[in-house]
Amino acid sequence: MEWRERRRCGASCLCPLPVSGINFRLVETLKLELKGITKSFGSLVANDHIDLVVEPGEIHSLLGENGAGKSTLMNVLYGLYEPTSGEILVDGKPVRFAGPGDAMAAGIGMVHQHFMLVPVFTVAENVALGRESTGFAGILDLEQTRTKIREISAEYGFNVDPDAVVEDLPVGVQQRVEIIKALVRDAHVLILDEPTAVLTPQETDELMNIMRQLKAGGTSIVFISHKLREVKAISDRITVIRRGKVVGSAEPSASTTDLASMMVGRSVSLSLDKAPAQPGAEIFRVRNLTVMSDVGTRLLDDVSFSVATGEILAVAGVQGNGQTELTEAVLGLHKHVRGSVTLDGHELVGRSVRQVLDAGVGFVPEDRTADGLVGSFSIAENLVLDLYGKKEFSRGSMMNRSAIAEHAARKVEEFDVRTPSARAAADTLSGGNQQKVVLARELSRPLKLFIASQPTRGVDVGSIEFLHKRIVAERDKGTPVIIVSTELDEVLELADRIAVLYAGRLMGIVPGKSSRDLLGLMMAGLTAEEATVQLSTIPTSEGEPS
Amino acid sequence: MSTVISTKSSADNTALRDQLAVRSWKVPIVFAALAVFAVVVFAVFGPEGHATFRLSQEQDAWQLPDLVLPAKASGIVAALACVVLALMSYLQTKAVGRTARWVSSSFTVVFVAGFLIWIIGGTKTQNITLVGLFTGAMLIVTPLVFGSLSGVLCERSGVVNIAIEGQLLAGAFTAALVGSITGNAFAGLFAAAVAGLLVGFLLAAFSIKYLVNQIIVGVVLNVLVAGLTGFLFEKIMKIKVAGATIYNQPPHLPDLPIPVLSEIPIIGPTFFRQSVLGYLMLVLVAGIWFALFRTRWGLRIRAVGEHPQAADTMGINVNRTRFLNVLAGGAVAGVGGAYFTLVAVSSFSKDMTGGLGFIALAALIFGRWNPIGAFLAALLFGVAGNLKSILQLAVTPVDGQFLAMLPYALTILAVAGLVGKSRAPAASGIPYVKG
Repeated sequence: MEWRERRRCGASCLCPLPVSGINFRLVETLKLELKGITKSFGSLVANDHIDLVVEPGEIHSLLGENGAGKSTLMNVLYGLYEPTSGEILVDGKPVRFAGPGDAMAAGIGMVHQHFMLVPVFTVAENVALGRESTGFAGILDLEQTRTKIREISAEYGFNVDPDAVVEDLPVGVQQRVEIIKALVRDAHVLILDEPTAVLTPQETDELMNIMRQLKAGGTSIVFISHKLREVKAISDRITVIRRGKVVGSAEPSASTTDLASMMVGRSVSLSLDKAPAQPGAEIFRVRNLTVMSDVGTRLLDDVSFSVATGEILAVAGVQGNGQTELTEAVLGLHKHVRGSVTLDGHELVGRSVRQVLDAGVGFVPEDRTADGLVGSFSIAENLVLDLYGKKEFSRGSMMNRSAIAEHAARKVEEFDVRTPSARAAADTLSGGNQQKVVLARELSRPLKLFIASQPTRGVDVGSIEFLHKRIVAERDKGTPVIIVSTELDEVLELADRIAVLYAGRLMGIVPGKSSRDLLGLMMAGLTAEEATVQLSTIPTSEGEPS
Repeated sequence: MSTVISTKSSADNTALRDQLAVRSWKVPIVFAALAVFAVVVFAVFGPEGHATFRLSQEQDAWQLPDLVLPAKASGIVAALACVVLALMSYLQTKAVGRTARWVSSSFTVVFVAGFLIWIIGGTKTQNITLVGLFTGAMLIVTPLVFGSLSGVLCERSGVVNIAIEGQLLAGAFTAALVGSITGNAFAGLFAAAVAGLLVGFLLAAFSIKYLVNQIIVGVVLNVLVAGLTGFLFEKIMKIKVAGATIYNQPPHLPDLPIPVLSEIPIIGPTFFRQSVLGYLMLVLVAGIWFALFRTRWGLRIRAVGEHPQAADTMGINVNRTRFLNVLAGGAVAGVGGAYFTLVAVSSFSKDMTGGLGFIALAALIFGRWNPIGAFLAALLFGVAGNLKSILQLAVTPVDGQFLAMLPYALTILAVAGLVGKSRAPAASGIPYVKG
């Protein structure tokens, strides 16, 4: 039996894990310090004199809103960006990273939010890339890499096949490949950038177990997140970043409200005041809806549900399980659609997008910069993108500029869009304000159905509150509302009923107050009944931190 | 047990229905149109007499007998076969959503055979030397393959090389000039590589370093090289000393037939009676394929072309890799250009590459960014192109200008995806900017 060697004992007691025989991986620990790191892009200061110390063998969380500068900081640390000023110290010695290669050599590994894996390569090829072992004349020899992957895979229970092609693997497994990549390169500090964004709650729990295992083995982890619950569950220490500056640090025992107000800079109400739904007639019906890709695979598979007036149906699921196709099919944006979608008795399948919108459907697309707005157009123009042809905004074939300007002024006021002028281009706005513009446009028509896809992705907490209130207000006006979200917090916050999609199939519809465990199992492919049965037989508390 | 079987078959049924829902009628429609053409042209208006295909040349060691076919009867058979295969394609599309590969390939073979018989039967002499068809094709195939390999090197690393045409032309001109001055064909060959490399350098510098749109830089480079070589051709190559142009008299690269192999009917004369450039082509096709898919160098290049960020985070210098590959690609295309003036004809003339650089791009796509695929595609284009030149000499039932379109029509069909979806390297054409 071997014991892991460590140079220094961490503050929290770390009992070294016994490891068997040759699987032994010598882990040195190192202390990482960032001193006065500043990174500016032109006039934008993304990081402003940031100090951060990561002690050996600790899980250090970096908490901050989207756009607070967390990822920039980590890219500086990983050698992807050169800091404008400030220095990085490894074990007290200043280092300069000209590229990720230097950072890796210093023992820093990173799992990016968007995986850095070549989709058409095998696991082994991806892991080997950059430090390949070769035989005669540079001929690749992946055998060592395969062996190493199998070793690490066995050690942490990853169950990764070195010869699988990455694009065929589920995201959770791809993430493990990323971790293997770092471990193979002897990372002593592992940076995980928003690692849970693509995972189901159960996968998140598994990831946290892996993180604890790594920590026990002496690897320090920098965990970047904006999810308070996860940060509290896993961290040894928390550093909060707001607008590029460190605003303080906190213990994991700090209350959620305190953390949230540190992160946002003012007190925020985390729970939404929402009256119970008053569902009326089910005027929106989806029957046996199937959507096919160009090569004939089912992206959405025989989905049926209804939404009543005055209720919010949230569609939950891990990204890429058919949510996009569901909204596209309703809007008439998809080519190969079978089944029926009726609104107030009128069939929508086979209609053009214009006809669907005219039938009274309001739609907030999941990617607002690509599909929701024209970035170079002004706010005023974006507010009438779907209405410019209507009488009130046009004179013959000309635009009625004064009417458009008046409309914009009203909407900017009503939706609290923070901008110096409605003539400003839409891409000058922050994510939250852009989303308000999209919402303002979509809600300014009389609606019979409102669909919002990822309504608060990349939006600051302050705007989230506002957007959620407007969505609930629309429900209370008696509109059937569908929210598609991969954020379980948001789903639980807004939903009156929750539909879970997995691999294009509907796993069931459950009440809005269902447990995370239940939803997590459904998001992993169990039907509502199967998930309920499983939860009643297995105690559920194992995901909680000790 | 029975439930398992029934679930499986119902899953199969579902998959089948899904394929039917998105089936494409492209292939049966094209086949039907071609079959109608075959019936009308090959069968109804088929020429009388015989079509003779000569398989051997007089000097060959092993003589194969000529293949003599009755033109009209063969035309009818071919047309009927086309109709049957088109029908099968329709039925298959209806039943399983797509045409089986063997039906497509049989259709292509039968149609091409029918076309050949019809056109040979229609000429005055009613015969064609197949060896001539293939050896002549190599005149087009060789530069095409070098061009495509240049494209493979560039695009696999993520840079679109539209400047292949310019690189070929620069190579052809420089080989002629340097070859004439030094009197050494190999000096010309080397100079051609350098010229191609320089054009590649411009492409790399502008598109990788200064992030100018790759397509636009490539097009501009083609125009630049055409203009420059044209100008220098007028100003230098037309200088006469003692009544002779001395700067446009490049020496020939000698043919080096390989013993035994060169005696194999058809294949021997086509591949094993070539100059050093021809063998270099074969070596490069195999070598680049091996390097791309079996070595560390290739793994890194493909990573850079597929997901540059991933390569960067693994410590690979993306832009340097791309730069070097574009330079290598330029040199390869330059060498290909030398073929025009050192092997094919013995002098340079204005715009002598005649758009082959663009056909090389098509061969690259047709060959799915794979050196061997590109080689086979180039062979196909080469044979089609040479058929045109052979038939332009004979009196044929169709106009020579119409036949001249043949390789290009083929190119469009190929690139339009009749041969299945081809997948370009994901980051091809997208400049990489850190951060």
